[in-house]
Order: sequence, then C-alpha cells, then structure tokens
Amino acid sequence: MTGGTLSAEDRLGACGDDFYDLLIRAHDGLDFTASAALNVRLLLILANEIGDFETLKAAVQRASEG
Amino acid sequence: MPRHCPKEHPFKTPPELTAGAPPGPYRVAIIGAGPIGLAMAIDLALQGIASVVLDDNNQVSSGSRAICWAKRTLEIFDRLGIGDKMLEKGVTWKIGRLFHGEKEVYSFDLLPDDAHKMPAFVNLQQYYVEEYLLERAADFEDLIDIRWLSRVMREENREDSVTLHIETPEGDYSLNAEYAIACDGARSSIRARMGLKFEGQHFEERFLITDIEMEEPPFESAAPERWFWFRPPFHSGHSALLHKQPDNIYRIDLQLGPDADPVAEVALDRVLPRIRAIVGDRPFAVDWVSVYSFTCAMLDQFVHGRMIFAGDSAHVVSPFGARGGNGGIQDVDNLGWKLAAILKGKAGPSLLASYDEERRHGARENIKNSARATDFMTPKSDMGMIFRNEILNLAGDLPFARKLVNSGRLSVPCSLAGMALQTAAKIDAPIAPGLPCPDAPLQGGGWLLNHLGGEFVLLATGKSLPRVENIKCLPMSREEAVISLYGADLLYLIRPDQHVVGVFASDTEAGVIAGAMVRALGFAVEKEKVA
Ligand SMILES: Cc1cc2nc3c(=O)[nH]c(=O)nc-3n(C[C@H](O)[C@H](O)[C@H](O)COP(=O)(O)OP(=O)(O)OC[C@H]3O[C@@H](n4cnc5c(N)ncnc54)[C@H](O)[C@@H]3O)c2cc1C
Repeated sequence: MTGGTLSAEDRLGACGDDFYDLLIRAHDGLDFTASAALNVRLLLILANEIGDFETLKAAVQRASEG
Repeated sequence: MPRHCPKEHPFKTPPELTAGAPPGPYRVAIIGAGPIGLAMAIDLALQGIASVVLDDNNQVSSGSRAICWAKRTLEIFDRLGIGDKMLEKGVTWKIGRLFHGEKEVYSFDLLPDDAHKMPAFVNLQQYYVEEYLLERAADFEDLIDIRWLSRVMREENREDSVTLHIETPEGDYSLNAEYAIACDGARSSIRARMGLKFEGQHFEERFLITDIEMEEPPFESAAPERWFWFRPPFHSGHSALLHKQPDNIYRIDLQLGPDADPVAEVALDRVLPRIRAIVGDRPFAVDWVSVYSFTCAMLDQFVHGRMIFAGDSAHVVSPFGARGGNGGIQDVDNLGWKLAAILKGKAGPSLLASYDEERRHGARENIKNSARATDFMTPKSDMGMIFRNEILNLAGDLPFARKLVNSGRLSVPCSLAGMALQTAAKIDAPIAPGLPCPDAPLQGGGWLLNHLGGEFVLLATGKSLPRVENIKCLPMSREEAVISLYGADLLYLIRPDQHVVGVFASDTEAGVIAGAMVRALGFAVEKEKVA
C-alpha cells in the first residue's frame, strides 16, 4: 500500500472480533497510564509495520478528524 | 399484567402412584419441560424412542425470556415439526439500525433469502415456542408422557440406569430409566446435587428488560426494525435495544450499570419514564419487567454416566447474540439421533462421547461470542470505554470499524470438522465435513432440508448412486440450486442432524462410504477402511 491512501475495505475480515478481544485482553489489569503506554508502543510497532510515510500521514489525518 | 395467560396443565396420577404392578423401566427420563426438554422428547419420539418428561411446574414459561430464534434453530424446529408455525407467528425483521449518541452510525437491510426456507431469524416469545412444542408432543401420545407438578428431588446414577425420586402433590415415587437427560435449566439442582463444577464469567452489569404492548409502531414504516443504541441521549451513558415481537409487543433492554438496585428499578414509576423517553407519547401498556445480570458458564463434561446434560443446565450465556435457547436446541439436534441409535443397539461406544465433544465445542463458541458482545457493551475500564467509543466514531464511514461494532453476534452453528465422527475429505468440496447442510429450493417445489434429517442420507449430485446398506440415497443431479451450492459429481454422507459427515467423489466405492458410516456411528474404524 503506497501513495497516502487508506484502504476503504475491511481488511480484518473474519479476524476482527479476535483482534478486538486480543487488544482488550492486553489491557487487562493495567491502570490508565500503563494502558496509554501500551497503546503508544503498539502504535509505534504498527507504524513500522506499515513503513510508508504517506500512508501514515493519511492515517494520522483521518484519526485527527475524530 | 402479562397479555399472555399460560394454560395450567393438570397433574395426572402416574401409574407409579396407582395400585397395580409398577410400570417397567423407562428408556429415557427427561427432567424439565422447558424448550430443551420438550424438543428432546419430540426428537426422540421421531426416532421411535419413548420418554417420560418431568416438570416441577404446570405451565409454560411466563414473561420475557428468549425471543430471537436463529436460522439453524428454525431449521431444527422445522425437522421437529413446528417450523411453519413459528414462521407464521414470528416477526421477521429485516432492517437493523445502530445509533451512537444522537447519531445513526449505520443501518442494514437483510434482504429475504430466497435460497433458504428459513429467514436469518424470527422474533417469537418463548412461551409460544413452548406451546407449539407441547402441541407437537401431543402427536406422540404413546411415546411422550409429560408429568406436570413432578419435581425431581434426588437421583441415583448407576452403571446401567438412573433412578429418579419424584415429589408430586399426591405423594412421592421413584422411577428407573436407562438414560436421564437433565434439561432442568440454568439453576439445575441436579447439577448442584451431583457437585459438578459450573464456572465462568459473571458480569456485574445489570439490565432492565421490559416488554410493552403498543399499537402504533415506533418505526417510520410498518416494517419491523431492530434499533440498538450506544450511549443514547435518552438513557445517559448506557446502551439500549428495541425490537418487535408478535402481538404488538416490543422488547426494550436497557443497560443500567453495575450499581442499579434490582428491586427499585422494576417499580413502574421508575420504568415508565424510561420507556416514554424511547417511544414518546404513543400509548402503551407494560407487559413484563425484570432486572437481570448475566453469567457465561459451562460444565466441564455434559455426559456423566447415564445422566446427560442439555440446554441451560449444561451452559449459560449472556443474551447478547441470542445464543441460550438457540444453543440448547442444537444440543437436542445433536443428542437425539445418537441416544436413539444407542438405545436401538446400533451405535458404537463412543457415540455419546461425541455429543460431549461436539456440543462442548458449540458451547465454548457461544460463550466466547456472547462474552465478547457483553464486553463491548460494558467496557470494564476507562481505556476499554475509549476503544469502544472510538470504534463507534469511526464506524460511520470506515467499514472495518463497522465490523468491529458488537451489539451481539447472532447465533450461527459451529463446524464439527476434525471431530471423531467426521471423515476428513480427500477432495475439495464446497461443504466440508462437520458443517450443517445449507438449504436449497427444489425444482418441484419444497426445500432440500425437508428431505434430510432423521436418518443417514447419501446426497448424490452426480449420476452414480452407490448402494450402501442402511443409507438412503437422495439423487440430486438434476437439482440446479443444490448443485450450485454442493458442487457436481459428489456424494455427501449426511447425519440425521443434517450435518455433513463425509464427502466423496461420485465414483467412490460403496465400501468406503460404509466405512464412514461406521465411524459416524461411533465405532472405531481402521485407517485403511476410510483411506
Ligand atoms: C432475558 C432473557 C432473554 C433471552 N433471550 C434469548 C433469545 O433471544 N434467544 C435465545 O435463544 N435464548 C434466549 N434466552 C435464553 C433462553 O431463555 C434459555 O436458554 C432457555 O430457556 C433454556 O431452556 P431450558 O429448557 O434449558 O431451560 P428452562 O427454560 O429454564 O427450563 C427448565 C425447566 O425445568 C424445570 N425444572 C427445574 N428443576 C426441576 C426439577 N428438579 N424437577 C422437575 N423439573 C424441574 C423448570 O420448571 C423448567 O420448566 C434468554 C434468557 C433470558 C433470561
């Protein structure tokens, strides 16, 4: 994926519920600050997985819109 | 006052309490005449097996319980003989709308599916389902003996039978049965007396569940819809659900939070303003109010010697996704033919164990899905709440986020692939062993599923029709709808519960299919026979 566009389609597909469950479980027992820190680590790791600045820029922009 | 007044069934003196020789041992005793116990008795009767059904009450369940029955459940009920009645009376909604705060996040329209007899689901009050089951049970006068006001107080589980001690208004008695099926519900006293572990997750959150009768629909058109709100403006911070049942009854579920007082909340002066906030000034009458909290739990083992657990006694789920009754009916579907085969001396030793294996797998899936829906609706931490709300914020225009929104994943049957009875497929087939058969319209009218079930069937989509002992062959090579779903030139071996247990190329020898049948009946099969 290049060129600064976000995919319109659902790429999680059948694993969406499993992913959300995994995410929530990872936060079990953490206080708010520790949870926020986990989110940041996760975000940085995922950003590296994407590895494309234009795509990341589009994602930051879309997320900032709320 | 509830609109529906259940009939009181009279106590009839059983033969054990009248003079004369006590009747012989029974084949099967079923404890509990809820939907699961009644469906169980009918399924066994269809196999020619007699049962005694004992219930401590004398009427069908009252008030607001199960309303949503999923496609697979309707197909099973159709096999049992009440599917058409359920379709006719039930409400088939097709438009679902999901709101977050003031905003509608998305809506969906479930178009009717012409390829299947049964819709994705219908809404129908549990008491109607139980009444239909009772009427159907009456068709088997010689095989189904329902005994009201008969409470099982104690049970003795022996190597080759079960003795039940029963309390009735006219005195106590005991009876002996080759097998007993505990369908005595979520608070199963049999489970408790047997000291069986029933562990899982309890949710602190409380829900107010009300049924109201209302002439004028709250929706914009006359078509029934399902509305779900996260954080609705009229019910601060929580979730709400509205959907329609027959007789102009609407179910409203309101999340109340963990600290709600279950006694105070059912008072009408508390309930009425909450409902008016949703339906406005349309006139309505309250039919039923209750406050619930939910548990997801299951037994480690469903079969304990001659005592078998089915339905809520074996597993309970939160109602999100409507998997309680739906899951229990699948227990019945799975157990009926197996127990019948065992009682007729046709099955191998591991057939009952396969009920345990297959239905525990189903229960685990149901628990997983309903626990996840409950977690989504009631996040446990501030961060969990942020995740949930931001998914809802993105769901308006990002399809992936929409898919993550979880207001209950409707009950779908699980796959039994890889489990003991199924023979692994050697070829690529559209429907793999372990899956329930999808329905298809037939050319002469009617539906495929109405030709499957009750016995083993070999569905042939090619010209060759192998003769295998004790298996009815169903030629389908000219049925286009069937071929497009099942593929051409294949042989599907189908269990009495309409699940594919093996699939073979058309030219497969009869011996191989017979081998798969042997395995499907719970006998050990040598490797070469199925190779
Ligand atoms: C609010 C709510 C909403 C729900 N919504 C849905 C839904 O939409 N879809 C769905 O599929 N499910 C739903 N469920 C779940 C569904 O109601 C249950 O799964 C279903 O009733 C289970 O049936 P059962 O026959 O196992 O048990 P029950 O219906 O509880 O029946 C047990 C029977 O056993 C009898 N009994 C108990 N002990 C004894 C004894 N010692 N001797 C003799 N008789 C005894 C009882 O009197 C009773 O008749 C809902 C439940 C609730 C509470």
